[in-house]
Amino acid sequence: MPLLYPLVLAAALFGIGLYGVLARRNAVLMLLGVELMLNAANLNLVAFDAWFGDKMHSGQVLTLFTIALAAAEIGLGLAIILTLFRALRTVDVDQVGVDR
Amino acid sequence: MNVTEAVFLLFAIVAVVSALLAMTSHQLVHSALWLVVTLGSVAGCFVVMTAEFVAWVQVLVYVGSVVVLVIFALMMTRQPAAGPSAEVTGNRWAAGALGIVAAVGLGATVTAGFRGERIKGQRIGTARSIGDALFHDWVLGFEILSVVLLAALIGAIVISRSGSEH
Repeated sequence: MPLLYPLVLAAALFGIGLYGVLARRNAVLMLLGVELMLNAANLNLVAFDAWFGDKMHSGQVLTLFTIALAAAEIGLGLAIILTLFRALRTVDVDQVGVDR
Repeated sequence: MNVTEAVFLLFAIVAVVSALLAMTSHQLVHSALWLVVTLGSVAGCFVVMTAEFVAWVQVLVYVGSVVVLVIFALMMTRQPAAGPSAEVTGNRWAAGALGIVAAVGLGATVTAGFRGERIKGQRIGTARSIGDALFHDWVLGFEILSVVLLAALIGAIVISRSGSEH
């Protein structure tokens, strides 16, 4: 399999995730965009691991670490968003200014 | 084109289309469900790239728990009067242009760097081989990661409790 297939797929997913983070108004869906970008990075790690044939399986082990970190990140992020919602009754990032 | 490449391309197309739908859908719960399709297709890509254990972890952690958490959060933070057109900000065209620039730039870079390289897949990432690597060569990172997870867990509890007092 050409190495370019997973790399180009990862680039496309990263672009879509970046659009989601920048364009979505709901804070929970911004977090989904971050997850998509992390998945693009995971795809790169696994592709280069399979291409290089590493004896230590660096890419796949680092992918496992990234997945665990993403789980921790989404737990903390959702806790912050729920606290924000309780305080301001909204999760619209345009209505949450620095002055409030 | 052999069967492996055809299966990978199928998963890739499903992943890109469902990611686009997840990031543009006006129904919030539909976005989360399209993200399930995207993450499942990426897990399929992992299997094709001989990383079967990573694929199962992806299915368990992402599809199993992260998306369930997100759907819970979407239901708990439901806005009473959210119009269907109010889901994207005003700068969505700039965001779309930036996303296209990032994707094309990254794609051009990897195409220039790795054109013609092929994945042979001589080391299969089974649970046994990944476990060997994880507990022989990567023990320190594994332990640090468990401390980070514990800190995130305690942090989430503290943030939720301090928000409920007032």
